[in-house]
Amino acid sequence: MEKRATFSKTSVGVMFVLPQILLVFTFFYWPTGAALYWAFTLERPWGGGNEWVGLDNFRQVFADRAYWGSISRSIIFAGATSFLSMGFGLLLAVACDRGLKFYQAFRTVFVWPYAVVAPAAALAFRFIFAPEAGIFSALVKSNHEFWNPAQNGYHAMTMIIICYSWKYAAYCFIFFLAALQSIPRSVIEASALDGAGVLRRVRDIQLPLITPTFFFLLVISITDSFQDSFGIVDVMTDGGPAKATEFMVYKIYFDGFRGLDYSGAAAQSIVLMFLMMVLTFFQFRFIERRIHYS
Amino acid sequence: MIERTPLLNTATYAVLILGALSVFVPLWLVYVGATLTVREINIPELHLFPGDHLIENLQAAWARGHLGGRLANSLIMSLGVATGKVVMSAITAFGLVYFRFPGRMLIFWLIFITLMLPLEVRIVPTYAVAANTLWPFQSILDATGLSTVVATITGAQVALEWNLLNSYTGLILPLIATATGTFLYRQFFLTVPDELLEAARMDGAGPFRFLTEFLIPLSRANMAALFTIMFLYAWNQYLWPLLATPDRAGFGTTSVVELKMLAPTVSTNGGGTPDWNVAMAGCLIVMLPPLLLVAFMQRYFVRGLIATEK
Repeated sequence: MEKRATFSKTSVGVMFVLPQILLVFTFFYWPTGAALYWAFTLERPWGGGNEWVGLDNFRQVFADRAYWGSISRSIIFAGATSFLSMGFGLLLAVACDRGLKFYQAFRTVFVWPYAVVAPAAALAFRFIFAPEAGIFSALVKSNHEFWNPAQNGYHAMTMIIICYSWKYAAYCFIFFLAALQSIPRSVIEASALDGAGVLRRVRDIQLPLITPTFFFLLVISITDSFQDSFGIVDVMTDGGPAKATEFMVYKIYFDGFRGLDYSGAAAQSIVLMFLMMVLTFFQFRFIERRIHYS
Repeated sequence: MIERTPLLNTATYAVLILGALSVFVPLWLVYVGATLTVREINIPELHLFPGDHLIENLQAAWARGHLGGRLANSLIMSLGVATGKVVMSAITAFGLVYFRFPGRMLIFWLIFITLMLPLEVRIVPTYAVAANTLWPFQSILDATGLSTVVATITGAQVALEWNLLNSYTGLILPLIATATGTFLYRQFFLTVPDELLEAARMDGAGPFRFLTEFLIPLSRANMAALFTIMFLYAWNQYLWPLLATPDRAGFGTTSVVELKMLAPTVSTNGGGTPDWNVAMAGCLIVMLPPLLLVAFMQRYFVRGLIATEK
């Protein structure tokens, strides 16, 4: 879409766009370019710039079993949190959309978890699941093996998944409810006249009509789970115990800033960038479909 | 719709009430935790009823976490990001929609692509840029040979340096360098009828006047939505402030990053049991500002969230 009427002074137009260009160049394109450069080079041990090493950094990263571990953990985390947060978000949105008495109050409450800062939620859930003081403490007292996220990797992962899903169910709820409410009333009324009950309408009219939102949220939750999990992991478990909750971004941070392996971290960044771009590409395709539906 | 479905209504209310409980119970447990003494909180049982040490714990958390200064940092950073984003998005979208200049579509796509890669995936080099923001420009000068030209003419070595670590600028700028709001504004400007510009021009308004007196008042609702979303986004940031504020004693950091110091993990002090009552009090303090913002701005917040993610 283009405007018919525009201003004619080119230089003024450029002036309006220039600040953003400078910013994007300095803080987006340059770092992205630097990541690419570092990924294909290696710093010489005695200084004197970087040496071109081709795909060596990638080979090294992919030969590292810890890296594959972080990928599979990220995927498990993405799958589990998407399932939980979208499932609960959808359930609550459908319940709210029925428009029963007091539903506005419930709608307000269901949005709150999204407004809770992720690291604060992480600290809260770390306390709630703390073996010494939280909800399981009484059970832990009689059986120490029952719950110990500081030692047991599965427990730590469960704790992080629950915390993240608690927050992001609210996010999914917002989108599902908006989608459900954008379905024209006439469609639902027509099916009611045809004798479809509430559940039948949900199954055969409302859910099929919001599939685009469903796919959109699926991609968004997967990409978000890659980037937004950092704060929660850092506050709750530090990636431990024994790397059991070390996800991709956490490993990049750890290798880059604690291990000072810029080239390795850069190669990992490039892999993650590639993954994100593939997912975003899918998202754009689904957005097209979404426009098509409405 | 008028239907009689008593059984289904009961089930729906059951779902709604269970949902509300799962929101409230964790928040309630945090509140209860913040009202107990260290001894009470470490008794291994479910703590469901609040004690009466809330004020003491809040004071302890405030002092231990230096929360006064940290909250101020969070506030300045969030206001900076939200304001910067609103202003930057508005003027960029204005330039892209209302002007024709060569390379306009290229610029559009260059800005658009930034939506694809969040800060987290390019975190290491972004940190390097923040440590010396003029590094890109220095490199360009070196690569083009301009710095040697300058060095031979003036005899002075070109060494540009501008460290943004431990500064509000450093916290804010990298978070503004994406296209989130630009597209929101672009979509909005495209829906503004052409006749408005024609009428304004006939009355003698230039581009600047048109932007400030026509478009900005028209986009007030969009602006509120974008501002709320960006404020929350910035307040929520963890990884970037963690890296961009290494000088904890001087500049400090944001309240959200400081939270971890209230309940240290293996990497920060070798583990051990944190003082959960103080940690929960700190948690309450840091949680509160964005919750209040959303409670008051819910309409804008929901609208902004749905619009910016499209």
